[in-house]
Amino acid sequence: MKAPILSGLFAKKALAPPPDIEAAALRSDRFRLARQGDWERLEQIVRTMESGRLRRLSDEDVVELPTLYRTAASSLSVARETSLDAATLAYLESLVQRAWFQVYGPRQGFFRWLGGFLGGGLSAAVREIWLEILIALAVMVAGAIAGWLLVSGNQDWFYSLVPSGLTGDRVPGASREALLKSLDTVKGPSGLSFFAAYLFQNNASVSILAFALGFAFGVPTLMILLKEMATLGAMVWLFASKGLTLQFVAWLSVHGTTELFAILLAGAAGLHVGRSMAFPGDRSILAATAESGRRAAIVMAGVVMMLIVAAILESFVRQLVGSTLDRFLIGGSMLALWCTYFFAFRRDPTGDYQ
Amino acid sequence: MTAASIRFTRDPKRERICVTPEGIALTFVVATRSARLGALLIDYMILLFGSIFISIAMGMILGGIGSLVDAKPAGAAEFVVALWVILWFVAWNGYFMIFELSARGATPGKRLTGIRVAARPASDHEGSARLTAEAVIARNLLRDIELFLPLILVMSAPSGAGGPAGLAATAWFLVFAFFPFFNRDALRAGDLIAGTWVVEAPRTKLADALSVEGAAKGASSVTGATYQFGDAELSIYGEYELQTLERMLRDGQQEALEAVHTAICTKIGWSPGAGDERAFLEAFYAQLRAKLEGDMRFGKRKADKFSA
Repeated sequence: MKAPILSGLFAKKALAPPPDIEAAALRSDRFRLARQGDWERLEQIVRTMESGRLRRLSDEDVVELPTLYRTAASSLSVARETSLDAATLAYLESLVQRAWFQVYGPRQGFFRWLGGFLGGGLSAAVREIWLEILIALAVMVAGAIAGWLLVSGNQDWFYSLVPSGLTGDRVPGASREALLKSLDTVKGPSGLSFFAAYLFQNNASVSILAFALGFAFGVPTLMILLKEMATLGAMVWLFASKGLTLQFVAWLSVHGTTELFAILLAGAAGLHVGRSMAFPGDRSILAATAESGRRAAIVMAGVVMMLIVAAILESFVRQLVGSTLDRFLIGGSMLALWCTYFFAFRRDPTGDYQ
Repeated sequence: MTAASIRFTRDPKRERICVTPEGIALTFVVATRSARLGALLIDYMILLFGSIFISIAMGMILGGIGSLVDAKPAGAAEFVVALWVILWFVAWNGYFMIFELSARGATPGKRLTGIRVAARPASDHEGSARLTAEAVIARNLLRDIELFLPLILVMSAPSGAGGPAGLAATAWFLVFAFFPFFNRDALRAGDLIAGTWVVEAPRTKLADALSVEGAAKGASSVTGATYQFGDAELSIYGEYELQTLERMLRDGQQEALEAVHTAICTKIGWSPGAGDERAFLEAFYAQLRAKLEGDMRFGKRKADKFSA
């Protein structure tokens, strides 16, 4: 069936008939009139590309785009030297710039980018910030130890280290049974998908914060890592005081290996930016910051991906798998999987990536 | 800039020359801070009203599910709530990224104010790079600490719960809010990290060639007279006056044309008549431009009436 109105609306407008070049009184206007058709053709192609309707471009258009772009660009150079027509110059400047954005724009689609990202780009970026990962790891371990030591010295620290919303029954002095029960599975998957969505949202916010604060030379990032891990240290102490270390670590490892790894990477990405601002080397600060910022952003896209996995593990798998051994198996294999992917997977991303 | 207007006057302080790989100098004009603020406000309005709309719609769906009490629809309700949490996250984090990754490099707010995101060249007079997905992700991740986080703290400050944290948050907010005022390219912190900048994206239409019609090529259609100006009469004006005249002719305001007509006649010593101003000015424009462009080919340029 035909749709005459629609096709009429979206049909390409016919180009105006060629102008009468000889009628122009000025040499520069004759120059302009002779090339005007090409410029308008280019503008039409660029407009189609800008509106995202790439499928409406014919093969001819795609092939001719670079040629038309170069023609318009050289017209601009000539016009700058020979014409005083401000309107034409303004038009050409804007046209050439718009065409430049399309010719040199990101021509890969989202899925092409995702392919390059997963197929080597992410792991390469993670390996490039290995130094920051080691620093962040050291700080996180120190934070956990500090949390443990503080609470074991004085139990009041527990309440200042662990946010009250997180504790429930899990406070110093709670019975072994109560603590053990808090590690138990729940019956049936009811309520878990909401929980997963909430956890993801929350953890993603913490990670984005850890990354973004790297902007202040990385210092606040380190403080966030210390604080988060001190909380963890305090919790471990609590369970250890009732002889439940193994059960707690198993319970935590299911999603923790993924989640803590993600927070580690987010912190390292923030540190990476902060470090290149403080020590740009022989590049300018702006150039160094931009370069490391983009590298860190790749890592952050990976962090978000890991947090989605962590939220699914945390709300479904951890709540449904009860045995300590099974929990360790799941958490351990997740850790092994991430390490293999980041450090052993050394495929070069496809050429157009980056 | 809207499609119709032509940039006759420019602010050289905001112009940056970048050389493309073909060796063509492109002029980027750094967007004004007010245009960027306007774009931001528009985008937040869209986001806010969009989120509220979706929340209301989901609330109504939840209400509908809740009324099916017998069926015990806990799973369905839970699905809707989870979807809502995820939608909220995707909307507030993805809105800017998705639009800035598109071919226009601009959110709806930026489109309306005529600006776009572009990759910043590593140094002056250097080739500009392409805008990558990583750069867009990086500049938008910083938005959280530049705006959302301090704003939440600032809003909780009056209750006194935060205490000095409220003051600290205000200071923090101000540092980031005024960041663009303390560097040449009006970069915000996110631009700095990502190596991007926000530039004007003019979409100028091609105006008609002025020398094709009217008295530019010959006699006036009203009186039949052909205006001819001598070299001495044409050499009192320069490029600046020519462009002012071009703007007048394109605008076509009768009073303005009359005023310019009188001014030029007085200056070159003609006695100004009335009724044929447009033809006179068209002829004067064409001949002045022919002379100035002719000189230009020999490397002689006259910027305005004051230059030799």
